[in-house]
Amino acid sequence: MKKYTPYILLFVLIIFPLVVRNSYYQHLMILVLIWVVIGSGWNIIPGYTGQVSFGDAAFFGTGAYTAGLFASKLGMSAWWGMAFGGFAAMAIAFPFGWICFRLRGAYFALASLALNEVCRHVATVWESLTNGMVGILVMPTFVSKIPYYYVALSLAVFSIIFIQSVMKSRWGYYFLSIREDQDAAESLGIDTHYYKMISLNIAAFLTGITGSLFMNYMGFIDPEVVFSLHDISIMAILVGIVGGVGTIYGPVVGAFVMVAVHEFFRTGFLGFFKTLASVTGSDFVNTVAKYVSQAHVLGFGILVVLVILYLPNGIVGDWDKIIGIFTRFKRKGESS
Amino acid sequence: MILFKIENLVKYFGGLAAVNGVSFSVNRGEIFGLIGPNGSGKTTIFNLISNFHKPSGGKIIFKDKDITNLKTNKICRLGIGRTFQVVKPLGRLTVLDNVIASAFLRVHNKTEATKVALETLEFCNLIHRKDDLAKSLPIGERKRLEITRSMATNPDLLLLDETAAGLNPGELDEAIELIKKIRDRGVTIIIVEHIMKVIMTISDRIHAINFGQTIAEGTPEEVANDPAVIEAYLGEEYAHGK
Amino acid sequence: MDVFLQTLVAGILKGGLYSLIGIGMSLIMGVMGIINLAHGQLMMVAMYITFALHHFLGIDPYISLFIAMPALFLLGALIQKYTLNPLLEVESILPENQVLMTVGIGMVLTEIARFIFSSDYKSVKTSYSNATFFIGEISFSIALVIAFFIAVGFTLLMFWFLLKTDIGRSIRATAQDKDAALLMGVNSKRITTITFGLGSALVAAAGTLLIPIYYLFPDIGGPFTRKAFVITILGGLGSTVGAIFGGVTLGLAESFGATYIGMAYDDMIGLIIFILVLLFLPGGFKRLTKV
Repeated sequence: MKKYTPYILLFVLIIFPLVVRNSYYQHLMILVLIWVVIGSGWNIIPGYTGQVSFGDAAFFGTGAYTAGLFASKLGMSAWWGMAFGGFAAMAIAFPFGWICFRLRGAYFALASLALNEVCRHVATVWESLTNGMVGILVMPTFVSKIPYYYVALSLAVFSIIFIQSVMKSRWGYYFLSIREDQDAAESLGIDTHYYKMISLNIAAFLTGITGSLFMNYMGFIDPEVVFSLHDISIMAILVGIVGGVGTIYGPVVGAFVMVAVHEFFRTGFLGFFKTLASVTGSDFVNTVAKYVSQAHVLGFGILVVLVILYLPNGIVGDWDKIIGIFTRFKRKGESS
Repeated sequence: MILFKIENLVKYFGGLAAVNGVSFSVNRGEIFGLIGPNGSGKTTIFNLISNFHKPSGGKIIFKDKDITNLKTNKICRLGIGRTFQVVKPLGRLTVLDNVIASAFLRVHNKTEATKVALETLEFCNLIHRKDDLAKSLPIGERKRLEITRSMATNPDLLLLDETAAGLNPGELDEAIELIKKIRDRGVTIIIVEHIMKVIMTISDRIHAINFGQTIAEGTPEEVANDPAVIEAYLGEEYAHGK
Repeated sequence: MDVFLQTLVAGILKGGLYSLIGIGMSLIMGVMGIINLAHGQLMMVAMYITFALHHFLGIDPYISLFIAMPALFLLGALIQKYTLNPLLEVESILPENQVLMTVGIGMVLTEIARFIFSSDYKSVKTSYSNATFFIGEISFSIALVIAFFIAVGFTLLMFWFLLKTDIGRSIRATAQDKDAALLMGVNSKRITTITFGLGSALVAAAGTLLIPIYYLFPDIGGPFTRKAFVITILGGLGSTVGAIFGGVTLGLAESFGATYIGMAYDDMIGLIIFILVLLFLPGGFKRLTKV
């Protein structure tokens, strides 16, 4: 059964937009797929290679701006970004990794955080190129969401298959060796600096392409959106840790959960507070409702704390533990 | 025929000389013992050879090539494998995956690497543990895993850092057996060891150091009877008294 | 020349406060070996406490020091005890999970502040907020000068504490070698809890001292966390003496940057220093003195 789960899931995903015509749900699914790719990319660096990165937005934003600039500066289709966005992100990742992979552990995490900030500042200040805070607007190619959906799905499937095959190859073994013990890896003839670079560049490539897709799909970007620390970099981390770092399907599960959580907050617990407010007519509830709709960052923060404490290997990694808790409840129920 | 030598190796930590002008050369196919009391600089010498520390002075020569400032991974690539005194297993990988990861140094596809890994595990008598996680092994088998991993990189020279420490008598005999088997495969070995039984029975030649300096070199008997060595290990009275 | 001196003075005064922020971060870094990415957010909490005390009860910010610091000590200790210490026993593939945990805590603190106080800018206006005195042509902000001297006072007190008291010695021992300290009978959980509390109390002092001359909004934590790690990295991670140099350097750099380059680049300057230090001086100032 477990063996066929991915194929069943894939089948469901393929027919999804044909069955569900509601464009709101299609939109949510596109976001999920986008996060599957970003989360899977992020996962390679800390999950497989053992280096925490806070800088995913740098790659995502670079990819998005590549697509945007094709349209705004070259007058070409923003879809060209899909071809070049990944490489543009690698152009950022390469020098960054070259310099900063000399740093270990938390130092590297800080450096990636700085990269994120630097990119955002540059995109904001370099107005002649990026339009600064005004952002870039691109006319969407399709009215329907379905083409975007299938592009996102192909990208997600591609990245999972790609990462899976990388992890079965020499690179994969080397990544894991570095994660487990950098000194041991070095003494076994593994050029740890080089392979960390490779893992970072794979992540950057996938994240960059996704950024380009995001530009095409959303039609608008500005530095605060695509270089956002909370909404991109931290979200990527959450997708990874909620689903389970160091697992292939962790980021898939994480993407579903995180988009759901985000949406849950955005809609004020699926309209619960709004209904409550209109029923009670209370100003206080109304204020709370308004706040809750913007409180997804609070939700994310609480989630970070809870997941790291209680599900340190995420839903996929700690699946047995989760099942264990539920069966224990059952048994308790039966015995009492 | 000389396979490996160090010349006048020096290492300062702060103002302290941990290794102070040690030279020796190792012939192809021999088991070369390196002994000395605690803190005499043995492990430091290994760390200098594999360039975990940069030497403050001196030269390291392997196969007539100066490897003094090569990166750790390059040194392994050239054919010097090592184990760690404080073992460093890739804990959350299986024993087999540990060895596959190192076998990838010489072969480039997974089928080949797996084949090499299985052979090496068989050779080192660890095959029954192949599907267990490395961190679940007891210390004796962890030490054997260290050797297995290094062997999978197909080294010409193997540096063994206290692979017998902490083993029970049965395991000790197995370890001695394994080291001899490795030598019979044509691998040259430099071994650091505290347990005299091990080092005296298997070494062809022994080099003794104290306070980072050479005090004696020769066959096991010569070194064992050298007053400087006895002094270093047992104190002055034993060396001159009797 | 006057502009230069004025900038110098402003930089040094600001540097005094930054040192206080950096020492707190360095203590935590040294003992726990983690970077506390909620440091600025803890400062933000202290600032809101001071703001609320002034706004609702009319308490002067300098008096609030005696409330904000213990409060933050408690908050920091609780964070360490219930969220960071348990992670030592958690087995996870996730590297640096303690650092990620502080990020989560920072987010929670910021959002709770936003929930209570909204996103609006707040400030505390006191009689001395804009008061200045002159020495020659150079003006001194009274609040900043007071803040500077109180910061220096706390710094000296901290060093006395670390050097002369048993707990202080235990903290230094743990920072030098955790395992050895453990063997010597140091209760490392208790020490980490106290250290996180102290670090939080110090940054609370900095926040409270800043209040009369600064403004306040929930997201102020992020930039100060960044400043804190720039200071810590400049000073060499975990070195409390280094943090003083780091703090003054950042204060001067920001001050000169604002005067000679432009106000808008305030935040950028910290980042640029950070990158330069990583590139050319990976051990910070500590490295210069030791090697």
